[in-house]
Amino acid sequence: MDPSRRGPRAVIDPIPKFRQVGFFAPPERSQSGPPDPTHSSPQISNSLSPVMIPPARHLSENLLLHAPPAASPLRADSGGGGTSFDSGDFFPAPLSPALPSSSYSSRISGDFFKGNGGKVSASSFPRGGFDLTAMKAAAAPSVVVPASELTTVSVVNDSLGIPEKEKGSRAGGPAVEVKDQPNNSKQKPKTSKAERRALQEAQRAAKAAAKAEGNKASGTAASVNAKPAKAAKPAQKIENAAVAAPEKKGGEIPPEKDRKKDAPQPRMQYDDKSRVEKAKRRAVVKQTEARNRVELFRHLPQYEHGSQLPDLEARFFHLSPVHPAVYKVGLQYLTGDISGANARCIAMLQAFQEAIKDYKVPQEKTLVRDLTAKVSSYVSYLIECRPLSISMGNAIRFLKSRIAKLPLNLSESEAKASLLSDIERFISEKIILANKVIVKHAVTKIRDGDVLLTYGSSSAVEMILLHAHELGRQFRVVVVDSRPKLRGQLLLRRLVEKGLSCSYTHINAVSYIMHEVTRVFLGASSVLSNGTVYSRVGTACIAMVAHAFRVPVIVCCEAYKFHERVQLDSICSNELGDPDVISNVLGREDVHHLDGWANIENLQLLNLIYDATPSDYVSMIVTDYGMVPPTSVPVIVREYGREQPSFLFRNFGYFCLYSPVLEKSANFRLSRKIEPCILIICNNSF
Amino acid sequence: MICYPYPKVTFSPVREHLKSWTAQNLGSADTAAIQILFSLPKMPDVQTLVNDFLNQLKKRKIEGSQATAKLTAELLRSVISQQRVPHTNQATALIYAVRAVGEQLIAANPVELAVGNIVRRVLHIIREEDLSLATAAMAGLGVSAASDDEDDMERDENSVLSAAAVAAAARSTLRPPSLQTLLEDTPDSAAAPHTSSSGGESDGRSRSVDKGSRVRKLKHDVIEAVNELIQDISTCYEQIAEQAVEHIHHNEVILTLGSSKTVLEFLYAAKEKQRSFKVFVAEGAPRYQGHILAKELAARGLQTTVITDSAVFAMISRVNMVIVGAHAVMANGGVIAPVGLNMVALAAQRHAVPFVVLAGSHKLCPLYPHNPEVLLNELRSPSELLDFGEFSDCMDSASGTGSLHVVNPTFDYVPPKLVSLFITDTGGHNPSYMYRLIADYYSADDLVVKRRPTAGS
Repeated sequence: MDPSRRGPRAVIDPIPKFRQVGFFAPPERSQSGPPDPTHSSPQISNSLSPVMIPPARHLSENLLLHAPPAASPLRADSGGGGTSFDSGDFFPAPLSPALPSSSYSSRISGDFFKGNGGKVSASSFPRGGFDLTAMKAAAAPSVVVPASELTTVSVVNDSLGIPEKEKGSRAGGPAVEVKDQPNNSKQKPKTSKAERRALQEAQRAAKAAAKAEGNKASGTAASVNAKPAKAAKPAQKIENAAVAAPEKKGGEIPPEKDRKKDAPQPRMQYDDKSRVEKAKRRAVVKQTEARNRVELFRHLPQYEHGSQLPDLEARFFHLSPVHPAVYKVGLQYLTGDISGANARCIAMLQAFQEAIKDYKVPQEKTLVRDLTAKVSSYVSYLIECRPLSISMGNAIRFLKSRIAKLPLNLSESEAKASLLSDIERFISEKIILANKVIVKHAVTKIRDGDVLLTYGSSSAVEMILLHAHELGRQFRVVVVDSRPKLRGQLLLRRLVEKGLSCSYTHINAVSYIMHEVTRVFLGASSVLSNGTVYSRVGTACIAMVAHAFRVPVIVCCEAYKFHERVQLDSICSNELGDPDVISNVLGREDVHHLDGWANIENLQLLNLIYDATPSDYVSMIVTDYGMVPPTSVPVIVREYGREQPSFLFRNFGYFCLYSPVLEKSANFRLSRKIEPCILIICNNSF
Repeated sequence: MICYPYPKVTFSPVREHLKSWTAQNLGSADTAAIQILFSLPKMPDVQTLVNDFLNQLKKRKIEGSQATAKLTAELLRSVISQQRVPHTNQATALIYAVRAVGEQLIAANPVELAVGNIVRRVLHIIREEDLSLATAAMAGLGVSAASDDEDDMERDENSVLSAAAVAAAARSTLRPPSLQTLLEDTPDSAAAPHTSSSGGESDGRSRSVDKGSRVRKLKHDVIEAVNELIQDISTCYEQIAEQAVEHIHHNEVILTLGSSKTVLEFLYAAKEKQRSFKVFVAEGAPRYQGHILAKELAARGLQTTVITDSAVFAMISRVNMVIVGAHAVMANGGVIAPVGLNMVALAAQRHAVPFVVLAGSHKLCPLYPHNPEVLLNELRSPSELLDFGEFSDCMDSASGTGSLHVVNPTFDYVPPKLVSLFITDTGGHNPSYMYRLIADYYSADDLVVKRRPTAGS
């Protein structure tokens, strides 16, 4: 059994969205996969490569192909620590009796699945149908026997017992965590990071697929244990799969259980010592824990600031795994040279473009898989420099889905060109064009004589104000600013230079100035699907005061920043900035009371970066899809997500999260919806 | 009502505005005028004291309402002690003198409400002392209402200012109808006849003798009472801090903004009573006094976290109580507080976090606010927010159309509905009760300290 299966459970992925996308790599990897130490699977090589899938069908095939790797253990586990996504929620009892308790069963099923995995995923998919019955028949004997003897109790023991055992067995092995690094490095120390990773992926994919099939088989065969109805369904669905597949893009609301899986994966919690330890071991950027940490924010990384930069700069020329362009952007994040959601996102995408331009597919690798791994490693490097913004997460998710969706018959250069143009299009459509549309919408809300208040420095709001000024509207701008970044000053300078009449004040005085304000325009880092506006810290204060003074609050946010996550407060998920900037007040030499604060016991400085504005403070959100109330955000998230084909893959991504259970118990089935026929692989039968 | 329109300080025609701002804040042109107007008989040293204090107030050299209150009370004490009092109507004369000084003090810094409060308190003290002496004397005389009237008439004749009102007020308005004063009053008036004065048949002499003793007694009593007041002011936070244990529980999280001696003592008192709790201190831009408070608290062993003001809303959901100091408490229960507190109060209300205001009794102002955000506010120098040098160049290139306007107010107004509780040196009170509390400290006659243009009180 693959030890890596257990590992990830101990890890929480801080940025879920692209994670899940990153791991539905097609199972053809199994061909290049390393020989498994415990089991060499001859069948794998027999299986058809997905590369042979006819291009016309690639959408549906992608769907299918991605399903098995969805069970990839790495993914799977990153969700394990979260409360809401405990495997129990998604893999409840009915099927689990099929699982033998203890390592016995896992070993058996592991081997078994490994054997079959390649075949199942690769050979059956291209044909567009699943000859599952045969598989089941083959698989049944090995699994059914233990299954029938099992009780739910044993299953519970199983899920608890295995992890520990395996943890022990793989002690000293490389940690599996955020960085998506290989688990097999112990065995193959010489392979490169990416290679190792790819290999492992392949293994996992094969295994997962096989297991899924195996479980299904067991489910049908041992229908006494599993729900008979559900076991029966899959076959039927699968028959229709090929027919249904082409229409998938039309989209349809996934069934209840799939939607459940749609929920974003929990982030890494930094108060979990073991996970942090593991994360540290593979970090490119060496972070030192801040000494006076704020207790309430133990779950967020609290590092010493300023210590990593010299080290990273020194290593600029000999750091192999990260492309120089990405490296540079990372450093710019670290120093704060690039900030603002849009700027960071664009910088990152452009760096990725550079990296893709220089990318060469290594021998015996497929572009899709290897590049996904590469991007993931870049991303984890960027996270070390500064936690990703939600907009960046969405962009990465987009990129990964594009990579994964690359038609397999494309040559390397064609694939690269397609990716480059995809990225280019993302930047121009989702960011630049979106901004223009937002400006067009929002300008209609500015009338002569208005006094507009804005907070901090939002690129969208700035464009709106400048555009309205160009249109000759007579209005006044109030720029509210807050420590420590004082970004409002930059905005103020640009506005004043353009000839707008401005007032400037600090956030404490907002209730003083709000009397004269007629509209509040705010930027946002993200809009979450419960309507919460996740934005620069202080935005909530402004919106609250505006609400109290009955001033309409207009939030300007591109739709690519929307996210399906929900959040009620600003504590659970946030980013902490450098606490030192709080003690030094820029331009105020007279304020130096907190010098040497780090040596004062009992004293902490907290530099929050974001806060969450409740949706009832927001009158309107201006996006590229028009002006909507905050209650409509989930609709946009859904529609927008659907528009991106990656939306469906996300589901599989979430499957990945729970794959350890899946490996044991998941009953994969293909369900075909009756109407517009969306083909979805779901594991809703447990 | 105090109505001082404050010009907003801008950068646009920077120099002119800076000049006007300077004039506003440092203007000493009218001190001379004040001296001329100041026509009361007075020792020169008192006059200089008053002028010094006026200057300090105008230049905003005195920080904090407690310090201001104390200094005001001390000044008024010396005014009273130096005041030559006529044999008759000594109370009126004292009141007149105090009013004259008080008026100037209030005009010197109208937003520092503590000055006005103390002036009114002193006036109230004079009236009270006079009344108690008068009642004592009258009880001793056993005179009827007729002689009472006569007394009033006589006063009227003697004083340029009508003392009739004062005397009449002595019975009706001076004493607020609180149960406590009523109870105190009863034994007073029913007290055994004083022997100090006899029946008044030979009006002229015996009365003047009687008054001579009363004069000295009155002045003495008033000074005693003012001393008590000063004592109260300087120890008010001890009394407030005593109540800390009743409000702060174990493991609570307290949020405060800016710095206040009262808050510091309050929190420390709870800490001393072995309560362990955490404190979030918002730094309170643009003065950043939160830094000082945080350092003090940490030095005294409290778990303290400094947050930016903008993070208040983010943190308030984890806070159990907001405890802040105030600049002044208005009669309606509204609070004039350091800038930013309105925001904090709104956030606290949103999350149903109790918003507790600590205020010594010298901060209780008997006035009802009207548009206090503007009228009881003060705009400070823009240099606290923006470096002028940085923006001077873009002002030049602005080609005249753009203008920059920097707003840096000092105070916020927190309406009474956002305040959960006031803790004063006399205990905890609801905002709606403040008017009543205030009535205990001030007499209705003194609400307007300004002398009317025509003679007459």
